[in-house]
Amino acid sequence: MKTAWIFVVLGVAFLVAGSYLGLFVAPAEEYMGNVQRIMYVHVPTAWNWMLAVLYAFGAAIAFLFTANAKWDARLEAGLEVSTLLAFLLCCQGSIWAKPTWGVWWDWDPRLTSVAVLLFASIGIIALRGFVDDPHRRAVWSAVATIIASVDLPIVYYSVKWWNSLHQQQSSPQTVSSQFHLPLRLNAFGVLFLMIGFIMLRTRVANMNRARETALPPMTEHAGEIA
Amino acid sequence: MLIASLRKELLLQWRTRSQFMAVFVFGAATLLLFSFGVGPNAEMLRTFSSGFLWLGLLMSSTLTLSESFHGEMENRALEGLLLLPSDPRALYYGKAIANWLQLTLLGCALVPVMVVLYDAGTTQLLKLLLIIALGAAGLSAPGTLYAAMTAQVRAKQTLLPLLLFPLIVPALLASVKATSLVILGDPMQQSRSWIALLGAFDLIYWSLCGLLYGRVVEE
Repeated sequence: MKTAWIFVVLGVAFLVAGSYLGLFVAPAEEYMGNVQRIMYVHVPTAWNWMLAVLYAFGAAIAFLFTANAKWDARLEAGLEVSTLLAFLLCCQGSIWAKPTWGVWWDWDPRLTSVAVLLFASIGIIALRGFVDDPHRRAVWSAVATIIASVDLPIVYYSVKWWNSLHQQQSSPQTVSSQFHLPLRLNAFGVLFLMIGFIMLRTRVANMNRARETALPPMTEHAGEIA
Repeated sequence: MLIASLRKELLLQWRTRSQFMAVFVFGAATLLLFSFGVGPNAEMLRTFSSGFLWLGLLMSSTLTLSESFHGEMENRALEGLLLLPSDPRALYYGKAIANWLQLTLLGCALVPVMVVLYDAGTTQLLKLLLIIALGAAGLSAPGTLYAAMTAQVRAKQTLLPLLLFPLIVPALLASVKATSLVILGDPMQQSRSWIALLGAFDLIYWSLCGLLYGRVVEE
Protein backbone atom coordinates (compact mmCIF):
# COMPACT_ATOMS: atom_id res chain seq x y z
CA MET A 1 0.00 0.00 0.00
CA LYS A 2 2.75 2.40 1.05
CA THR A 3 4.97 1.30 -1.86
CA ALA A 4 2.15 2.01 -4.30
CA TRP A 5 1.85 5.60 -3.06
CA ILE A 6 5.63 6.03 -3.23
CA PHE A 7 5.48 4.98 -6.88
CA VAL A 8 2.63 7.42 -7.57
CA VAL A 9 4.46 10.32 -5.92
CA LEU A 10 7.72 9.43 -7.70
CA GLY A 11 5.86 9.18 -11.01
CA VAL A 12 4.24 12.59 -10.59
CA ALA A 13 7.60 14.14 -9.61
CA PHE A 14 9.35 12.67 -12.65
CA LEU A 15 6.50 13.78 -14.92
CA VAL A 16 6.58 17.32 -13.55
CA ALA A 17 10.37 17.54 -13.99
CA GLY A 18 10.37 15.95 -17.43
CA SER A 19 7.46 18.02 -18.68
CA TYR A 20 9.06 21.23 -17.37
CA LEU A 21 12.28 20.41 -19.24
CA GLY A 22 10.30 19.37 -22.31
CA LEU A 23 8.10 22.47 -22.35
CA PHE A 24 10.54 25.23 -21.32
CA VAL A 25 14.14 24.05 -21.62
CA ALA A 26 14.36 21.79 -24.66
CA PRO A 27 14.45 23.68 -27.98
CA ALA A 28 11.51 23.51 -30.37
CA GLU A 29 11.87 21.00 -33.18
CA GLU A 30 12.99 22.51 -36.49
CA TYR A 31 10.13 21.37 -38.72
CA MET A 32 7.22 20.66 -36.42
CA GLY A 33 7.83 23.49 -33.95
CA ASN A 34 6.16 23.38 -30.55
CA VAL A 35 3.72 20.68 -31.64
CA GLN A 36 6.51 18.18 -31.34
CA ARG A 37 6.63 18.71 -27.57
CA ILE A 38 3.62 16.41 -27.17
CA MET A 39 6.10 13.62 -27.95
CA TYR A 40 7.46 14.00 -24.41
CA VAL A 41 4.25 12.50 -23.07
CA HIS A 42 3.12 10.56 -26.13
CA VAL A 43 6.14 8.33 -26.56
CA PRO A 44 6.39 7.42 -22.83
CA THR A 45 2.66 6.61 -22.84
CA ALA A 46 3.14 4.34 -25.85
CA TRP A 47 6.06 2.46 -24.29
CA ASN A 48 4.24 1.95 -21.04
CA TRP A 49 1.02 0.96 -22.78
CA MET A 50 2.91 -1.92 -24.37
CA LEU A 51 4.26 -2.89 -20.94
CA ALA A 52 0.75 -2.80 -19.45
CA VAL A 53 -0.60 -5.01 -22.25
CA LEU A 54 2.24 -7.47 -21.74
CA TYR A 55 1.55 -7.46 -18.00
CA ALA A 56 -2.16 -8.21 -18.54
CA PHE A 57 -1.28 -10.97 -21.01
CA GLY A 58 1.19 -12.50 -18.54
CA ALA A 59 -1.36 -12.30 -15.71
CA ALA A 60 -3.98 -14.00 -17.91
CA ILE A 61 -1.67 -16.90 -18.72
CA ALA A 62 -0.56 -17.18 -15.09
CA PHE A 63 -4.19 -17.32 -13.98
CA LEU A 64 -5.10 -20.11 -16.41
CA PHE A 65 -2.17 -22.18 -15.16
CA THR A 66 -2.47 -21.54 -11.43
CA ALA A 67 -6.18 -20.67 -10.97
CA ASN A 68 -4.98 -18.33 -8.21
CA ALA A 69 -7.37 -15.41 -7.67
CA LYS A 70 -4.41 -13.08 -7.09
CA TRP A 71 -3.57 -13.28 -10.79
CA ASP A 72 -7.14 -12.37 -11.64
CA ALA A 73 -6.84 -9.22 -9.56
CA ARG A 74 -3.59 -8.39 -11.36
CA LEU A 75 -5.25 -9.05 -14.70
CA GLU A 76 -8.09 -6.71 -13.82
CA ALA A 77 -5.66 -3.97 -12.80
CA GLY A 78 -3.46 -4.45 -15.87
CA LEU A 79 -6.48 -4.43 -18.17
CA GLU A 80 -7.91 -1.22 -16.76
CA VAL A 81 -4.61 0.64 -16.70
CA SER A 82 -3.80 -0.45 -20.27
CA THR A 83 -7.25 0.72 -21.38
CA LEU A 84 -6.59 4.11 -19.79
CA LEU A 85 -3.18 4.35 -21.46
CA ALA A 86 -4.60 3.29 -24.85
CA PHE A 87 -7.28 5.96 -24.56
CA LEU A 88 -4.66 8.59 -23.68
CA LEU A 89 -2.54 7.42 -26.62
CA CYS A 90 -5.40 7.84 -29.07
CA CYS A 91 -6.18 11.32 -27.72
CA GLN A 92 -2.55 12.49 -27.74
CA GLY A 93 -2.03 11.03 -31.19
CA SER A 94 -5.06 12.87 -32.57
CA ILE A 95 -3.96 16.14 -30.98
CA TRP A 96 -0.55 15.73 -32.61
CA ALA A 97 -1.93 14.57 -35.96
CA LYS A 98 -4.28 17.51 -36.52
CA PRO A 99 -1.64 20.27 -36.82
CA THR A 100 0.98 17.95 -38.37
CA TRP A 101 -0.94 15.89 -40.88
CA GLY A 102 -4.06 18.07 -41.04
CA VAL A 103 -6.36 15.27 -39.93
CA TRP A 104 -7.42 13.91 -36.55
CA TRP A 105 -7.02 10.34 -37.55
CA ASP A 106 -4.71 8.48 -39.85
CA TRP A 107 -4.87 4.77 -40.70
CA ASP A 108 -1.35 4.24 -39.52
CA PRO A 109 -0.71 0.68 -38.27
CA ARG A 110 0.30 1.75 -34.77
CA LEU A 111 -2.65 4.11 -34.35
CA THR A 112 -5.07 1.53 -35.68
CA SER A 113 -3.69 -1.31 -33.54
CA VAL A 114 -3.97 0.80 -30.38
CA ALA A 115 -7.56 1.69 -31.27
CA VAL A 116 -8.44 -1.95 -31.98
CA LEU A 117 -6.93 -3.10 -28.70
CA LEU A 118 -8.65 -0.25 -26.85
CA PHE A 119 -12.02 -1.52 -28.07
CA ALA A 120 -11.04 -5.12 -27.34
CA SER A 121 -10.09 -4.30 -23.74
CA ILE A 122 -13.25 -2.26 -23.21
CA GLY A 123 -15.14 -5.35 -24.41
CA ILE A 124 -13.35 -7.55 -21.87
CA ILE A 125 -13.99 -5.07 -19.05
CA ALA A 126 -17.68 -5.02 -20.07
CA LEU A 127 -17.71 -8.82 -20.05
CA ARG A 128 -16.32 -8.77 -16.51
CA GLY A 129 -19.14 -6.48 -15.50
CA PHE A 130 -21.80 -8.90 -16.69
CA VAL A 131 -20.56 -12.15 -15.13
CA ASP A 132 -21.56 -12.65 -11.51
CA ASP A 133 -19.65 -15.84 -10.69
CA PRO A 134 -16.09 -14.75 -9.70
CA HIS A 135 -14.35 -17.89 -10.95
CA ARG A 136 -16.11 -17.91 -14.28
CA ARG A 137 -15.45 -14.19 -14.70
CA ALA A 138 -11.75 -14.72 -14.05
CA VAL A 139 -11.42 -17.61 -16.51
CA TRP A 140 -13.37 -15.89 -19.25
CA SER A 141 -11.53 -12.61 -19.02
CA ALA A 142 -8.19 -14.47 -18.99
CA VAL A 143 -9.22 -16.36 -22.15
CA ALA A 144 -10.47 -13.18 -23.84
CA THR A 145 -7.28 -11.31 -22.88
CA ILE A 146 -5.09 -14.02 -24.40
CA ILE A 147 -7.13 -14.06 -27.61
CA ALA A 148 -7.02 -10.26 -27.90
CA SER A 149 -3.27 -10.07 -27.16
CA VAL A 150 -2.50 -12.65 -29.82
CA ASP A 151 -4.47 -10.48 -32.21
CA LEU A 152 -2.26 -7.43 -31.63
CA PRO A 153 0.69 -8.39 -33.90
CA ILE A 154 -1.71 -9.66 -36.57
CA VAL A 155 -3.61 -6.37 -36.55
CA TYR A 156 -0.37 -4.42 -36.65
CA TYR A 157 1.07 -6.23 -39.66
CA SER A 158 -2.18 -6.47 -41.58
CA VAL A 159 -2.85 -2.75 -41.22
CA LYS A 160 0.74 -2.00 -42.15
CA TRP A 161 0.27 -4.05 -45.27
CA TRP A 162 -3.12 -2.52 -45.99
CA ASN A 163 -1.88 1.04 -45.67
CA SER A 164 1.79 1.19 -46.48
CA LEU A 165 1.83 4.96 -45.87
CA HIS A 166 3.21 5.43 -42.39
CA GLN A 167 5.79 7.29 -40.35
CA GLN A 168 9.04 5.51 -39.61
CA GLN A 169 9.84 5.01 -35.95
CA SER A 170 12.64 7.17 -34.61
CA SER A 171 15.64 5.37 -33.21
CA PRO A 172 17.83 7.03 -30.56
CA GLN A 173 20.34 7.90 -33.29
CA THR A 174 17.82 10.09 -35.10
CA VAL A 175 16.77 11.92 -31.91
CA SER A 176 18.97 14.82 -30.84
CA SER A 177 20.49 14.54 -27.36
CA GLN A 178 18.68 17.69 -26.18
CA PHE A 179 15.41 15.81 -26.48
CA HIS A 180 16.66 12.77 -24.55
CA LEU A 181 16.49 13.92 -20.95
CA PRO A 182 12.84 15.08 -20.83
CA LEU A 183 11.81 11.97 -22.78
CA ARG A 184 13.60 9.65 -20.37
CA LEU A 185 12.33 11.45 -17.27
CA ASN A 186 8.78 11.24 -18.54
CA ALA A 187 9.18 7.60 -19.55
CA PHE A 188 10.12 6.75 -15.97
CA GLY A 189 7.41 9.08 -14.68
CA VAL A 190 4.68 7.27 -16.59
CA LEU A 191 6.23 3.91 -15.67
CA PHE A 192 6.21 4.67 -11.93
CA LEU A 193 2.71 6.11 -12.13
CA MET A 194 1.54 3.01 -13.98
CA ILE A 195 3.11 0.66 -11.43
CA GLY A 196 1.51 2.66 -8.60
CA PHE A 197 -1.91 2.57 -10.30
CA ILE A 198 -1.68 -1.15 -11.02
CA MET A 199 -0.75 -1.86 -7.40
CA LEU A 200 -3.59 0.24 -6.04
CA ARG A 201 -6.09 -1.21 -8.49
CA THR A 202 -4.96 -4.76 -7.65
CA ARG A 203 -5.62 -4.02 -4.00
CA VAL A 204 -9.13 -2.82 -4.80
CA ALA A 205 -9.73 -5.92 -6.94
CA ASN A 206 -8.55 -8.19 -4.12
CA MET A 207 -10.84 -6.42 -1.65
CA ASN A 208 -13.82 -6.68 -4.00
CA ARG A 209 -13.13 -10.36 -4.46
CA ALA A 210 -12.90 -10.93 -0.71
CA ARG A 211 -16.22 -9.15 -0.22
CA GLU A 212 -17.85 -11.19 -2.97
CA THR A 213 -16.72 -14.56 -1.74
CA ALA A 214 -17.23 -13.83 1.97
CA LEU A 215 -19.97 -15.78 3.72
CA PRO A 216 -23.01 -13.76 4.76
CA PRO A 217 -22.55 -12.47 8.33
CA MET A 218 -23.85 -14.75 11.08
CA THR A 219 -26.56 -13.20 13.21
CA GLU A 220 -27.38 -14.07 16.78
CA HIS A 221 -30.70 -15.66 15.88
CA ALA A 222 -29.51 -17.55 12.83
CA GLY A 223 -29.92 -20.87 14.60
CA GLU A 224 -33.46 -20.15 15.78
CA ILE A 225 -34.71 -19.34 12.26
CA ALA A 226 -33.31 -22.59 10.96
CA MET B 1 -16.81 -37.90 -31.30
CA LEU B 2 -16.20 -34.90 -33.53
CA ILE B 3 -18.33 -36.50 -36.24
CA ALA B 4 -21.19 -37.11 -33.80
CA SER B 5 -20.98 -33.53 -32.53
CA LEU B 6 -20.90 -32.14 -36.05
CA ARG B 7 -23.83 -34.34 -37.07
CA LYS B 8 -25.88 -33.03 -34.16
CA GLU B 9 -25.11 -29.41 -35.07
CA LEU B 10 -25.91 -29.88 -38.73
CA LEU B 11 -29.15 -31.68 -37.89
CA LEU B 12 -30.08 -28.81 -35.58
CA GLN B 13 -29.32 -26.27 -38.29
CA TRP B 14 -31.34 -28.21 -40.82
CA ARG B 15 -34.34 -28.34 -38.49
CA THR B 16 -34.14 -24.60 -37.87
CA ARG B 17 -33.56 -23.66 -41.50
CA SER B 18 -36.24 -20.97 -41.36
CA GLN B 19 -33.79 -19.22 -39.03
CA PHE B 20 -31.19 -19.27 -41.79
CA MET B 21 -33.68 -17.67 -44.17
CA ALA B 22 -34.35 -14.91 -41.67
CA VAL B 23 -30.63 -14.22 -41.24
CA PHE B 24 -30.19 -14.18 -45.01
CA VAL B 25 -32.98 -11.63 -45.41
CA PHE B 26 -31.36 -9.57 -42.66
CA GLY B 27 -28.03 -9.66 -44.52
CA ALA B 28 -29.67 -8.76 -47.82
CA ALA B 29 -31.49 -5.88 -46.12
CA THR B 30 -28.20 -4.51 -44.75
CA LEU B 31 -26.72 -4.66 -48.27
CA LEU B 32 -29.71 -2.68 -49.50
CA LEU B 33 -29.31 -0.14 -46.68
CA PHE B 34 -25.58 0.38 -47.25
CA SER B 35 -26.35 1.74 -50.71
CA PHE B 36 -28.56 4.41 -49.14
CA GLY B 37 -25.57 5.40 -47.03
CA VAL B 38 -23.54 6.10 -50.18
CA GLY B 39 -26.17 7.39 -52.59
CA PRO B 40 -27.09 6.29 -56.11
CA ASN B 41 -23.54 6.56 -57.42
CA ALA B 42 -23.05 3.33 -59.38
CA GLU B 43 -19.28 3.71 -59.69
CA MET B 44 -18.75 4.26 -55.97
CA LEU B 45 -21.11 1.44 -55.00
CA ARG B 46 -19.15 -0.93 -57.18
CA THR B 47 -15.87 0.17 -55.59
CA PHE B 48 -17.20 -0.41 -52.08
CA SER B 49 -19.20 -3.55 -52.89
CA SER B 50 -16.76 -6.02 -51.28
CA GLY B 51 -16.67 -3.98 -48.07
CA PHE B 52 -20.46 -3.92 -47.93
CA LEU B 53 -20.65 -7.67 -48.58
CA TRP B 54 -18.32 -8.42 -45.68
CA LEU B 55 -19.93 -5.94 -43.31
CA GLY B 56 -23.31 -7.46 -44.16
CA LEU B 57 -21.95 -10.92 -43.49
CA LEU B 58 -20.33 -9.75 -40.25
CA MET B 59 -23.60 -8.25 -38.96
CA SER B 60 -25.49 -11.40 -39.89
CA SER B 61 -22.83 -13.61 -38.34
CA THR B 62 -23.52 -12.22 -34.86
CA LEU B 63 -27.10 -13.48 -35.21
CA THR B 64 -25.99 -16.91 -36.45
CA LEU B 65 -23.30 -17.29 -33.78
CA SER B 66 -25.40 -16.27 -30.81
CA GLU B 67 -28.28 -18.41 -32.06
CA SER B 68 -25.98 -21.44 -32.21
CA PHE B 69 -25.70 -21.42 -28.41
CA HIS B 70 -29.30 -20.43 -27.76
CA GLY B 71 -30.46 -24.04 -27.86
CA GLU B 72 -27.67 -25.19 -25.55
CA MET B 73 -28.80 -22.82 -22.82
CA GLU B 74 -32.39 -24.09 -22.82
CA ASN B 75 -32.95 -26.85 -20.25
CA ARG B 76 -29.21 -26.63 -19.44
CA ALA B 77 -28.42 -28.78 -22.45
CA LEU B 78 -24.77 -27.69 -22.44
CA GLU B 79 -24.26 -29.16 -18.97
CA GLY B 80 -25.65 -32.45 -20.19
CA LEU B 81 -23.29 -32.45 -23.14
CA LEU B 82 -20.31 -31.76 -20.87
CA LEU B 83 -21.28 -34.71 -18.67
CA LEU B 84 -20.74 -37.04 -21.61
CA PRO B 85 -17.42 -38.87 -21.53
CA SER B 86 -16.02 -36.77 -24.33
CA ASP B 87 -13.54 -34.03 -24.99
CA PRO B 88 -15.10 -30.55 -24.90
CA ARG B 89 -12.90 -29.76 -27.88
CA ALA B 90 -15.03 -32.10 -30.00
CA LEU B 91 -18.07 -30.03 -29.00
CA TYR B 92 -16.25 -26.84 -29.93
CA TYR B 93 -15.00 -28.02 -33.30
CA GLY B 94 -18.38 -29.54 -34.14
CA LYS B 95 -20.10 -26.25 -33.48
CA ALA B 96 -17.38 -24.14 -35.08
CA ILE B 97 -17.41 -26.22 -38.28
CA ALA B 98 -21.21 -26.10 -38.42
CA ASN B 99 -21.12 -22.31 -37.95
CA TRP B 100 -18.41 -22.04 -40.57
CA LEU B 101 -20.49 -24.00 -43.11
CA GLN B 102 -23.54 -21.89 -42.38
CA LEU B 103 -21.63 -18.61 -42.70
CA THR B 104 -20.00 -19.77 -45.94
CA LEU B 105 -23.42 -20.63 -47.33
CA LEU B 106 -24.73 -17.26 -46.15
CA GLY B 107 -21.80 -15.46 -47.80
CA CYS B 108 -22.42 -17.30 -51.07
CA ALA B 109 -26.12 -16.48 -50.88
CA LEU B 110 -25.32 -12.79 -50.39
CA VAL B 111 -23.06 -12.65 -53.47
CA PRO B 112 -25.93 -12.57 -56.02
CA VAL B 113 -27.56 -9.80 -53.97
CA MET B 114 -24.31 -7.84 -54.17
CA VAL B 115 -24.01 -8.46 -57.92
CA VAL B 116 -27.55 -7.21 -58.54
CA LEU B 117 -27.43 -4.20 -56.25
CA TYR B 118 -23.89 -2.95 -56.91
CA ASP B 119 -23.18 -4.37 -60.38
CA ALA B 120 -20.10 -6.07 -58.92
CA GLY B 121 -19.79 -9.36 -60.74
CA THR B 122 -16.80 -11.58 -61.36
CA THR B 123 -16.03 -14.72 -63.32
CA GLN B 124 -13.47 -16.00 -60.78
CA LEU B 125 -16.15 -17.80 -58.83
CA LEU B 126 -13.89 -20.45 -57.33
CA LYS B 127 -11.50 -17.86 -55.96
CA LEU B 128 -14.42 -15.90 -54.54
CA LEU B 129 -15.72 -19.08 -52.91
CA LEU B 130 -12.29 -19.71 -51.39
CA ILE B 131 -12.14 -16.19 -49.96
CA ILE B 132 -15.65 -16.45 -48.53
CA ALA B 133 -14.86 -19.85 -47.00
CA LEU B 134 -11.62 -18.58 -45.42
CA GLY B 135 -13.22 -15.35 -44.21
CA ALA B 136 -16.18 -17.24 -42.74
CA ALA B 137 -13.70 -19.53 -40.96
CA GLY B 138 -12.04 -16.44 -39.47
CA LEU B 139 -15.41 -15.25 -38.13
CA SER B 140 -16.55 -18.63 -36.90
CA ALA B 141 -13.55 -19.75 -34.81
CA PRO B 142 -13.38 -16.83 -32.33
CA GLY B 143 -17.10 -16.17 -32.79
CA THR B 144 -18.09 -19.63 -31.55
CA LEU B 145 -15.83 -19.27 -28.52
CA TYR B 146 -17.18 -15.84 -27.60
CA ALA B 147 -20.76 -16.97 -28.23
CA ALA B 148 -20.17 -19.76 -25.70
CA MET B 149 -19.30 -17.09 -23.11
CA THR B 150 -21.87 -14.47 -23.96
CA ALA B 151 -24.74 -16.95 -24.27
CA GLN B 152 -24.46 -17.50 -20.51
CA VAL B 153 -24.61 -13.87 -19.39
CA ARG B 154 -27.01 -10.98 -19.37
CA ALA B 155 -26.82 -8.50 -22.28
CA LYS B 156 -25.61 -11.17 -24.73
CA GLN B 157 -26.78 -9.20 -27.76
CA THR B 158 -24.44 -6.34 -26.95
CA LEU B 159 -21.48 -8.29 -25.64
CA LEU B 160 -20.89 -10.65 -28.55
CA PRO B 161 -20.28 -7.90 -31.16
CA LEU B 162 -18.35 -5.83 -28.60
CA LEU B 163 -15.90 -8.71 -28.09
CA LEU B 164 -15.87 -10.07 -31.63
CA PHE B 165 -15.65 -6.96 -33.82
CA PRO B 166 -12.26 -5.62 -32.69
CA LEU B 167 -10.80 -9.10 -32.81
CA ILE B 168 -11.64 -9.97 -36.40
CA VAL B 169 -10.24 -6.71 -37.86
CA PRO B 170 -7.37 -8.51 -39.66
CA ALA B 171 -9.70 -11.17 -41.11
CA LEU B 172 -12.20 -8.54 -42.22
CA LEU B 173 -9.47 -6.41 -43.75
CA ALA B 174 -7.95 -9.31 -45.67
CA SER B 175 -11.33 -10.62 -46.86
CA VAL B 176 -12.47 -7.22 -48.08
CA LYS B 177 -9.19 -6.56 -49.82
CA ALA B 178 -9.06 -9.98 -51.49
CA THR B 179 -12.72 -9.81 -52.57
CA SER B 180 -12.34 -6.35 -54.03
CA LEU B 181 -9.25 -7.47 -55.95
CA VAL B 182 -11.29 -10.33 -57.40
CA ILE B 183 -14.15 -8.01 -58.36
CA LEU B 184 -12.23 -4.94 -59.54
CA GLY B 185 -9.27 -6.72 -61.14
CA ASP B 186 -5.90 -7.69 -59.76
CA PRO B 187 -3.12 -6.51 -62.06
CA MET B 188 -0.38 -6.93 -59.42
CA GLN B 189 -1.48 -10.42 -58.26
CA GLN B 190 -1.89 -9.13 -54.71
CA SER B 191 -4.91 -11.22 -53.79
CA ARG B 192 -2.67 -14.24 -53.18
CA SER B 193 -0.94 -12.59 -50.22
CA TRP B 194 -4.24 -11.46 -48.70
CA ILE B 195 -5.58 -14.99 -48.99
CA ALA B 196 -2.40 -16.22 -47.28
CA LEU B 197 -2.96 -13.73 -44.46
CA LEU B 198 -6.54 -15.00 -44.06
CA GLY B 199 -5.25 -18.56 -43.98
CA ALA B 200 -2.72 -17.67 -41.26
CA PHE B 201 -5.39 -15.92 -39.19
CA ASP B 202 -7.64 -18.97 -39.49
CA LEU B 203 -4.86 -21.35 -38.52
CA ILE B 204 -3.96 -19.33 -35.42
CA TYR B 205 -7.51 -18.93 -34.16
CA TRP B 206 -8.78 -22.41 -35.02
CA SER B 207 -5.99 -23.89 -32.92
CA LEU B 208 -5.96 -21.30 -30.10
CA CYS B 209 -9.73 -21.22 -29.60
CA GLY B 210 -9.97 -25.01 -29.59
CA LEU B 211 -7.28 -25.06 -26.93
CA LEU B 212 -9.07 -22.52 -24.73
CA TYR B 213 -12.66 -23.71 -25.19
CA GLY B 214 -12.40 -26.38 -22.51
CA ARG B 215 -11.72 -23.66 -19.92
CA VAL B 216 -14.63 -21.52 -21.07
CA VAL B 217 -17.34 -24.14 -20.56
CA GLU B 218 -15.89 -25.86 -17.49
CA GLU B 219 -18.02 -25.89 -14.36
